[in-house]
Formats: sequence, structure tokens, C-alpha cells
Amino acid sequence: MHLNCPLCGPRDLREFSYLGAARLMARPDADDQAAMVDYVHYRDNPAGENAELWQHDYGCRAWLHVLRNTVTHEVLSVALARDKALEAEQ
Amino acid sequence: MSRLPKGGLIDRSRSIPFSFDGATLTGHPGDTLASALLANDVRLVGRSFKYHRPRGILSAGSEEPNALVELGEGAARLPNTRATTQELFAGLVATSQNRWPSLKRDILAVNDLMAPFFGAGFYYKTFMWPKRFWESVYEPIIRRAAGLGRLSGLPDPDHYDKGFLHCDLLVIGAGPAGLMAALAAGRAGARVILADEAAQMGGRLLAERLELGGSAGHEWAAGVAAELASLPNVRLMPRTAVTGAYDHGAFGALERVADHLAAARGAPRQIFWRIQSRRAILAGGAIERPIAFANNDRPGIMLAGAVRRYINQYGAAPGARVAVFANSDEGARSVVDLQAAGVEVTALIDARPDAKAPDGVPHFAGALVTNTRGRLGLKSVTIRTASGGVETIAADCLAMSGGWNPNVHLTCHQNARPVWRDDIAAFVAPDGAVPGLVAAGAAAGAFSTHAALQTGLDAAKAALTDLGLKSGKTPLPKAEDAPCDLTPLWHVAGKGRAWLDFQNDVTVKDVKQAHAENFIPVEHLKRYTTLGMATDQGKLSNIAGLAIMAELTGRSIPEVGTTTYRPPYVPVQIAALGAHGEGQGFAPHRQTPSDALSRERGASWLEAGLWHRAAWYPQTGESFWRQSCEREVGWVRNAVGICDVTTLGKIDIQGPDAAAFLDFVYTNTMSTLKPNRVRYGLMLREDGTVMDDGTCARLGAAHFVITTTTAAAGPVMAHLEFVAQVLCPRLDVQMVSVTEQWAQFAIAGPKSRELLNGLLDAQVDNDSFPYMGCGPVSLGGVAARLFRISFSGEHAYELAVPARYGDSLARLLVARADALGGGLYGMEALNVLRIEKGHITHAEIDGRYSAFDISMPRMVAAGKDCIGKAMAARPGMVEPARPQLVGLKPAGVVKHLKAGAIMVEVDGAPVREQIKGHVTSACFSPTLGHPIALAYVAGGVARIGDTIRAVDLLGGVDTLCEIVALPFYDPEGGRLRG
Amino acid sequence: MRYSAFQILKQGLTGNKGWTPVWRNPTPKAEYDVIIIGGGGHGLATAYYLAKNHGLSNIAVLERGYLGGGNVGRNTTIVRANYHLNGNSEFYSHSLKLWEGLEQELNYNAMMSQRGVINLCHSDGQFDFYAERGNRIRAQGDDAELLDREGVKKHAPFLNFSNERFPIRGGLLQRRGGTARHDAVAWGFARGADMRGVDLIQNCEVTGIDITAGRVTGVQTTRGAIRAKRVGMAVAGRSSQVGQMAGLRLPIESHVLQAFVTEGLKPIIPGVITFGVGHFYISQSDKGGLVFGGDIDGYNSYAARGNMPIMEHVMEAGMAMMPALGKARVLRGWGGIVDMTMDGSPIIDKTPVEGLFFNGGWNYGGFKATPASGWCFAHLIATGNHSEHATKLLMNRFATGHVLDEERTGAQPNKH
Repeated sequence: MHLNCPLCGPRDLREFSYLGAARLMARPDADDQAAMVDYVHYRDNPAGENAELWQHDYGCRAWLHVLRNTVTHEVLSVALARDKALEAEQ
Repeated sequence: MSRLPKGGLIDRSRSIPFSFDGATLTGHPGDTLASALLANDVRLVGRSFKYHRPRGILSAGSEEPNALVELGEGAARLPNTRATTQELFAGLVATSQNRWPSLKRDILAVNDLMAPFFGAGFYYKTFMWPKRFWESVYEPIIRRAAGLGRLSGLPDPDHYDKGFLHCDLLVIGAGPAGLMAALAAGRAGARVILADEAAQMGGRLLAERLELGGSAGHEWAAGVAAELASLPNVRLMPRTAVTGAYDHGAFGALERVADHLAAARGAPRQIFWRIQSRRAILAGGAIERPIAFANNDRPGIMLAGAVRRYINQYGAAPGARVAVFANSDEGARSVVDLQAAGVEVTALIDARPDAKAPDGVPHFAGALVTNTRGRLGLKSVTIRTASGGVETIAADCLAMSGGWNPNVHLTCHQNARPVWRDDIAAFVAPDGAVPGLVAAGAAAGAFSTHAALQTGLDAAKAALTDLGLKSGKTPLPKAEDAPCDLTPLWHVAGKGRAWLDFQNDVTVKDVKQAHAENFIPVEHLKRYTTLGMATDQGKLSNIAGLAIMAELTGRSIPEVGTTTYRPPYVPVQIAALGAHGEGQGFAPHRQTPSDALSRERGASWLEAGLWHRAAWYPQTGESFWRQSCEREVGWVRNAVGICDVTTLGKIDIQGPDAAAFLDFVYTNTMSTLKPNRVRYGLMLREDGTVMDDGTCARLGAAHFVITTTTAAAGPVMAHLEFVAQVLCPRLDVQMVSVTEQWAQFAIAGPKSRELLNGLLDAQVDNDSFPYMGCGPVSLGGVAARLFRISFSGEHAYELAVPARYGDSLARLLVARADALGGGLYGMEALNVLRIEKGHITHAEIDGRYSAFDISMPRMVAAGKDCIGKAMAARPGMVEPARPQLVGLKPAGVVKHLKAGAIMVEVDGAPVREQIKGHVTSACFSPTLGHPIALAYVAGGVARIGDTIRAVDLLGGVDTLCEIVALPFYDPEGGRLRG
Repeated sequence: MRYSAFQILKQGLTGNKGWTPVWRNPTPKAEYDVIIIGGGGHGLATAYYLAKNHGLSNIAVLERGYLGGGNVGRNTTIVRANYHLNGNSEFYSHSLKLWEGLEQELNYNAMMSQRGVINLCHSDGQFDFYAERGNRIRAQGDDAELLDREGVKKHAPFLNFSNERFPIRGGLLQRRGGTARHDAVAWGFARGADMRGVDLIQNCEVTGIDITAGRVTGVQTTRGAIRAKRVGMAVAGRSSQVGQMAGLRLPIESHVLQAFVTEGLKPIIPGVITFGVGHFYISQSDKGGLVFGGDIDGYNSYAARGNMPIMEHVMEAGMAMMPALGKARVLRGWGGIVDMTMDGSPIIDKTPVEGLFFNGGWNYGGFKATPASGWCFAHLIATGNHSEHATKLLMNRFATGHVLDEERTGAQPNKH
């Protein structure tokens, strides 16, 4: 598997680590206990396109927002998670 | 001798000796073990798995199910080696396997007589009574009888390697299609890798008597290979099997670098390559299929294509009187080749009623082989003629061909299924099943030489277009273009067992029984009968098996479907896939700055993450680790000790928002920390559990250095980067791990300041460096950092210098400490010191406990959010019955306290329902003079003064304890501040 | 047909023509009392125990492929009861007891072979942790022994004891642990269920779950609609998709777990050996193949196949701990889709939909749970109450904070 790191270019799977669903970017208000339980523990877990978070830990250490198909492993897009997070704020 | 007087691609000028089952034989360079055995008239080479039937060589490739031998001796012994692919070298020693006492007289051949009772899945229906007999009687017998060759049980003495390769186009297989494709792409300037399993490029061109562009096929192949070898952008990889097609253009490949040599002479035996390729062409050819008829497994019955290869490539005749049985023109082709080699052909039995007869051979059109004779080698075949007559034909070899199965394996490695083509009665590769990979030649069902060349060229051109390269002119050589003229024939009906899976002894009857028992889905068929589970993974047997199931169920073959194709394409030694994993190679070994010094001082070592840390430093007269440990503890408590703490994670965090960031990742508040001060900090995971603890030092308004535990250094760093980049993208904060940039030593004990003041360029005192103070210092002009922090509970410091001064500083510190009546201490002493002080490590914060559990609920600051705070407030995380960290000391006769013991009430029983907690850390406290322990006890903080039992069921120890408050030592903390 | 040595003799002497189907191929009825979605090990065991323990017979198991084709057919066949936590401990303990009588119970030889499971450890910290685990196992009533280095050497002399990167400190041995023939477990339960009247329906994919007023009424399938009073899900890696049909969002991620088998070899490995630091475990099948595996690939996947890095890591770990493995050839590798929960422990519970029950989240260890999973799920479906062996495997534990974090790694499945 290859991911195309926006900073480093295409790199082998061995350089990356996986965290989980990209919704972990959207941390809810801490007072909303139910939303927090859902945020921490519940997943859509789609069979198909999945937005997810990876880190280029044996590279530039950037956190990446990756759109990937969980059935075919095809990678549809890779972006810096920071950029996505800033986008989401707007 | 069955060596033909002339012909073949072997080097007859040299003879090389080898042995099989103790007999010394000779062959020629260019031989495989199989061809050399045939040339020496050795026909019985193995025994089958279940019935121990005598077996000979069936094929000439890696799909061989019968001719598996143990190669070599002693630790180098390699079981299950295919004689058909093992190249001959001088001194090769091969031994037959899975037989006792000898290949000719194998006791377990009695199984063959028991065959009526050993049908498909018989073992699921018996061996159940009496119950205890399974482990004691039945299973040991079954296990001894099962298996093929033997591992030596000794470490593999050979060397293996791994590597990465990158290319524009990977061509898999160097037959006509692969050579043509590689030539076109190579001439166009693409970076090409051409890999082929065999030693010599050419594929079937080496085995057939074909003409290409006016020259012999093997000569054409040699010419192309020579041109490719001359191109700098082409890498030829003979003896290389591409084993798997993985995601995004990655392929695994095994190169057998030195398997064909008597001695590797420094080279690795094999290299496992990971090939990253932009485009790939599978030109892996096809595998011929046997026909199932009664007793079709006798030594001497061989695939027709293999017979031709042995004659044409190796100059070895598989028999003196050969009969041929086929359902296509492969039969006639075989007859012609045999005759050309001067081998007597006793009959051509062609299943097609309208088949044309070649010259000079008894011809039986529309006939079928119904049985064979010959216990240890074929003697004759019985046929049923088109008119229904029965004839017996003398033959010591039967060449059979049931057609060819395109080698679709790699194209199906990503879960696709192959596509059935009625016109060739075979499955072919599905389109687009592996992105970037296309099939060409026989692998794509293009069976004629012309079609192979054409499809290879077409595939290369398409790949070049994709790669943005221009195809040059590569004319096709003229070659035969015979149509595929085949009438499907899977099995010959009749009495007797007809083998499908030769190695696993699966016969047509087993398929019929599976059908009768409703094991009809193809996966059930496989799993119930073991069809296709042998070392060839069904390459020879699967299609026939499912064709028979199709007949039985009235469905078509594609409706029955295939099982899943899985890597590796050919079995690969674990030593190659795991090269460099053996011994110390498995994981990096991280060394501390004091590593050399510690070795000089005779340290005993322990593993901490990937670090090797000194556990204790024995001195003369000390025979037991505790003696050393307690001496070192005493140094710290009474004088001064030095400990390398470099392994603790250090993260440098800077930026205007650094303080705000730390407030969010720590449970407590760091923004109120003053410069030149240190604060203890606790981090939670988002699920509310303690992730790690450490110190946070503020070096400036916008500059912090935090420490993590050794084990958590990596995970905490990734976590902080996640929070900064993803959760708080607007915070202006940057961080970098500096664990390896700073060598850091603890200087602990009442004489620590005295030691420092003899060393630092400027004196320190309680005002400049009070407890939990920090700041820059210098020693010998080197800028350093000093932290007045203590894990031991004594007046202590940690001194950090750039890592390059680490060894030097360690030696300096230790010399000073020695002079002050102290010295180096290791992890064991460090552990005792921290238990005496009630400090936690990963034994206590192992990933399951909350701030509440470690009795630090007040560490979670009110009035601000932090990672993990919300989840830590869930009812289950704060209920009174949760375990809480307390101290234990023995209160009865038994003094022994052991980590891992479970806590039970004084009048309770050590059963799960009554467990109140467990001992996390225990030691003998030399300071207090008795054993102490840290333990989790349900509601423990409210139970100080109670008695409870620590029970170690494993060791049979039951210790009455008093629950005590933490810390055990210096609860007021006076020694820290003094 | 009852299986026995006598039956084999009788059939063998009459040309093996008298064998009968192990199960029927029934046409789906319009309505069942209970429908189990998923004809894997857990679904089949559930149907079996519903019929056997609770006297129900109007049951269907709906399987989209073939019986036993999920993880029960692609695992490394390890059976053990060596868990740490209340909730898991008693459940797996019950499972091991069921395993011990399974062949006689089912009249089918699943080859449960108790040749022991040993977990190697390499540091004092790990040794202490195993001591705690061993004590908890013993307190549950199961067997555990803590071996020192010499003890491990006696048990498995071919391990690397001389130049190992992670020196062996000791090992936790459970002698009652072992392996079983995975397919036979599925087939044994299937046959037992069929004999008790359960309809096992293959090639029948559930495409929808019918819910009226908060109550399940049946399912939509590729073979038509089927009504049911109660529906149980036991679909492992497909939990999220089937759950979605009933509007459930689950604390589950689906990951790929690879496993490997070598060519057949004469016996060398005693029982199961696990090398935890290297994420490596191995056993040898009765047929002679070394069966081994390691960590999950680490990313969400439904592809049922893995990639090279983890495969290579598994092989390297094998070489590190057992250098004699070098001469064994890997014959085949495969991938299964494992249903990883956020705390590494399973779920057997009701759902917010009345009459709809959930069984899943088996992580990489569902095989050993098969009998108890069926037993406890059947109990829940039949009685509406949790079995005494599975009172803590609840869906809402993430909300209440009563998580069962067996691996101590938090809500990140690829760290379990």
C-alpha cells in the first residue's frame, strides 16, 4: 500500500501509522457526555469509502486525512489533517 | 540409462555427482534433480500423504506434488524440496521423505489397503471414544503419520536477504509473451524487470521444438535475453518467482540466488524482493492438467508437457516405451517429439473420436485409459477403445494431457475470481482485477506461440502508453498459430480410485462422497476432502475437482466457482520472508549514553521498550542481585547515586500557545507554572484512562520541556502531534522529540548538591535551584540543563547535556559519586526507591486505571477541559468499588509479597468473585527493613489500617497484609526539600 | 446418521455408497420464531443451543455464502481460557468447559486438542503481569502455570535461548488450552442444529431488517422476505453493515487479520506458543502444517487480504524466536475480517430494537468463544435475560464506563 503524503510524496505503508475514523477530528463539546461517548467509541465503519486519519510517523510526522476505500484499498485523496481541520472550522 | 544420446540444453561436457537415498548418481550442469533422476532411471521418488502410494515425477515445475525430497543434511536440511525445480549441483544430497523404513518398503503403505475406511473426512466421524483417548492415543498416531518432510529443529544456518526494487514495468514470466513484452518495453526505454522462476529465460520455448522467425525457439529466447541483458534499463531476474500481488503496485518476489550452488560463498541463498511497479504484465504461462482415471498415480505417469520438457530441454527420457493419452493435439505433438528423440511410442490414446492419427504409432481415437498396472512403476495401461473393446498396452511411461490451465493466480490475489472460457475449457484472468496488472500469453488463454507473442507485445504497448512512453518498432517473429483443439475430459468413469489431488490422495470418489454428504459449495468440497490443500495449492487438481462437482450437481463449471487464490504463488521459506529477523536482528537495540561505562562496570541488563538499561552493578563479593540492589539503594539514601535516565521521553514544546496547549493535554494546569519551575503532570487518554505521567519544565514563557515514561515516549509524541495538528489547528505551538538529543542523569541523595557543586561552573543552592526548580547551567563550558526533581524521594537533580557529552558526563559523575561514598545505581534500585516513595510506573498505570484509581483525583483540574476529562467522569470510572492504589506491608508470619498476587479479604476465598485487587509492585525495602508493595484494593483509600490477604495461587503464597498509606518513606517530603 | 467407527466400517464395506447429507438444503419458510443472521461458528452454535437448551425448533440460520465461511473457517484455531477481567474470565472459562466435551456432545470430531498454550514473556514487568493474570485464571477455576526460563526450555527446547533479542524470562502455560479443527466445529454445530430441525439456509443474504414500532418483524433477503419474532445477529466483521439495517451504530471497526500455514511437516511444535513482544503465535495442525499469525494489518478493511509489511513482520518474529522455522515454507496466507471493539472485548446483548439481539465484537479471538457465544446468545434470545456466563458483555458499557479493556490500550482497535 502507498500513501501520497502531501509533504513527502508517495511513500510505502511501512512509514505510516493509522489512528481511525476522520470524525475523531470533530471533538464535541466536553459537557455533552453522550456526544463524547459516541465520539470516543462509536464508528460508522463503512464498507467502501472511509475518511480516516493516518500519521506519517517515519517521515514528516504530519497527520493526514485520507479518503480510502476499505473494500478495494484504493486511496482517493490524501490531505494534511490540519488543513482539513481548519477548513471544517470555517 | 535413460539419458538420450544427444539433444537438450544440458552441458554434457561435465558430469556432476549427487546422491539420492544414499545412492551416488551423476548428472550434468543444466539438469534439475528430477531430470537427473530420470536420466538415472530412478522413477520411484516419493510417497503420497495419506495412503503412502508409491509416486514418481509428475511434472517439470513448481507445481510438482509427488517428487518432494529432503535436500541436504543436518541443520541445513530442507524438507519438501521439489526435485523438479531444484537445479543439480555437485554433491547434492537428496533423501526421500514420509516413508519408513524405506521408499520401496513403506510400512504405512498399509493405509492403502484401508482406503475404503479412510475416505473423505473419516476422522470427523470417529476417534471420539473414550474421550481421553484423543490426546493420548489417536492424535499422537495421526500426527506421526501426517506431515511430509522433517524440519531439523536446529536454527537455519543459511543467510537470506530482503530488498526493494522499483520499476516502470514488471514482466512476470519469460516465455514468448514475457520476452516479447520485455523487449518492446525495454527498447522503448522503460525501466523493466523481467522475472522468471526458471534458471534460463524462455519458458515453454525451452521445452518445445518450435521455430521462431526461422530459428529454434530456445535460440530466439537466448537472443532476446541477451539483448535485454545489454539494456541498462532492464533487469533480468532468473530464478525469481513473483509470489504475490499486493496493493498499489507492490509485488513480492523470491529470488533463489544460491540454491543452485553447492556453496553460497557469501551470497544469500535467497532474497525476498518487494517490487514496486507502475505497471505489470503477467506472462506466467499455463499449467497442464492431469486426467483422472483409475490408478493414474503410478510412477511413470507424467504430464505430456513435462515429458516433452525432459526430452527436449534435458535430454532425459522418462521411459523407454511411452504411451500418450490426451484430449487435444498435445498428444500428437508429444508423439512427434518422442519419436524425434528416438523413444518408442507404444500408443496414442486420443479421447477425441475424430482425432487425426500421426504416423508410425498405434492410434486409438475416441479411446480412454481406464486403468494401469505396476506397483512401483508403470508397466501397462488398459484402454477402452471407441468401439468398447478393452486393450492392454505395455508402457513404462504414460504422457497425459487434459489441457492447460492459464496461470491466473496473481491476477486473483485481490479477491477477484477468474473468468471461464468455453472455447479453451479453462479459466482465464479477469480484467482489471489487480490495478495495473494485465495477463498475456498462455496466462491469458492465448495458447499458440504467435498469440503469445502478439498478446505480449500488445500488453507492453498498452503499458507504455499508460507510462507515457512511445513504443518503438518491435516486429513479431513468425511462429506457429495452431488453434486450441480440445475436447474437455476431466475423468474417466469406471471402477477404482482416480486421483485428482495426488499429494493429498483425493480421488474422484471423495468428491462423489462430499457431494452425497452435501459438502457441495466449492469451499466445503475443498475443506472436507482436502482437495487443493497440498503443496501445489490445487494448481493441478482444483479445476478437475470442481468440474466433477459440476457434473454431479448439473451445474456449469463457472457456476460451481473456484476457491480463493492466495499468495504466495509458490511456497516461500520463512527464512526468506523473515530475513534479518533472527537473533539480534529482530528489533533495534537502543543504547544509553552510559552503555559503555555500564558494561565496564559489569552491569546486568534489562529490556525497557527497545532500550537496554542497566539493572544493577554487581561488586566483588555480591552473589545475588538483591545484595547489589540494596547497596545501591543505600548509596542514594545515605550518600549519592547516579542513574542514567536518558530513556525517558523528552519533548521540547515551544510557541506562544504552548501553555494553553499543555493545559489541554495535561489534567492539571501548566499555564500557571512559572519559568524555571517544574510541575508533575498527568495525561489521560480520551477514554479517561491514565496514559502517562511525567514532568513539565518551563524554560521560558513560550518554552517547555516535558518528560514521558520510557515506554510511552513514542505514543505520547504522536498523541501531542495529533492534538496540536488536528484538534487545535489554530494554536501556535511546535514540538519535537529530543529524547536522543539530551543525555540525562539522575543525581540523587543527600550529597547530590555537594557533587554538583564540585562540577558545575557556578554553584547551586536552595534559592537558585529549590525543589522543583530548573534552569540552564554550564559545566566545563558546556551548556546544560538542571532539574531539581526526584523519583527517589531524596534531594536530587537531573542533569541534561547534549548527547555527545553523555558518556563523558557519566564517567565524571560516577567518579565524583564514588569519591563521595556512592556510585552508579541501576533499574532495580530505582524501582525499590520509587516503591518506597509510592511513585507509579507502568505497573500501576498500565492502561486500565484512572486518576481516581491512582488516588490522584485532584490532579484533574476543575474549570478547564482536558483530553479524557469527560470520559473519566462516567459513573463506572468513579464508583467506590473501583480499585485504588495503596501500600501493603506484611502483618503476619508470612512476609513474602509478590507482584501479581491477588487481594482477598481475611475471611474470603481466592475465587474470582471475591478478588479485591492485586499487587502491582513489590520489593524488600532495605530502608524500612521489611517487604513492601503497591497494590490496587477496592475502595482502598478508605481502608488504611485494615488487614487483607495477598494470595499468589501460582506460587502457593498467602500473605496477611496491612493496608497502609503512601508513601512508605518520608511522607512529609522533608528529604526532598532539604 | 450417527457417526462411529462401526459406521465407517459398515460404509467402507458397502462401497461408501450409504453416506447421507450432513444437513438439509431447506427452502426458507415464510416465518420463523427465531432467525439467526450469519452461518458462521457463532451463528450455528447459537442455533444449536437454542434448539438443544431451550427446546426451540422453528429456527433459521441465514448465511449469505456457505456455512462456516466466515472467521470460523479462516482463523488459527486456538482455544484458551486465560483472560484477565471479570466479564471475560467467566465467559471464556465456560467456553473451555464446553470445548472439552464438544465431540461427544455433537457426535462430531472437532479434534479439540489440549496440548497447551504458552505465552512467553521477556521482562520482569511482563512476568509480574502474567503472574497477576495467572492468579486470576486460577481464581476463576482454570489452570495456569508460571514457568521460568528453565521451565520454558523444557517445554519448547527449539526456541531461541542463546542469541535472542528479547531474552525469554518465562512463560504462562495453560495446559488445557490448545487447538481444534476449525471447519469441523462449524460443521458439527451445523449438523447438530439441522438434526434438531433448524433450517440452515445458504446463499441467502440479508438485505434489510424489518422493524415496526420499534420491534423487529422479520428480514429481507436475496431469497425473499422472511418473518420472524426474534432476530439475532452474529455476523462478525459485517456487524456494522447489518447493524445499519436496523439503524444501529456500533463500537466496532472491521480490520484485516492475516494468518499463514506452511507445507506439511513432521511434528515439531508442542501446542500453541505465543511470542507477545513480536505479536507472533504458532501451532501445528494434525495434518502437519505450521499455523501461525501476528498482529492485525492496522487499518480498516473489508478486503479479506493483507499487505506485505505485517506478513514480513510475522515471519521475522518467527525467525527471532524459533530460528528452526527458517526451513519451513509458507504455503498460503489469508486474511479474515475481524470485528474489533473499542475495548477489545465482545458484545452479547439486546439492542434498542425489541426482539433484535446482537452478538459481535470478537476481535481476533472469536474462535475460542464459539461454544459459549452460542450458549449465551441462545440464552439471551430464548429467555430475554443474560446468561450467568455473560453478564458484562454489554453494549452500553462504553456509556457507563464499565469497559472491559482486556488489552489495556484504550479505544483504538489497531493497538489491541
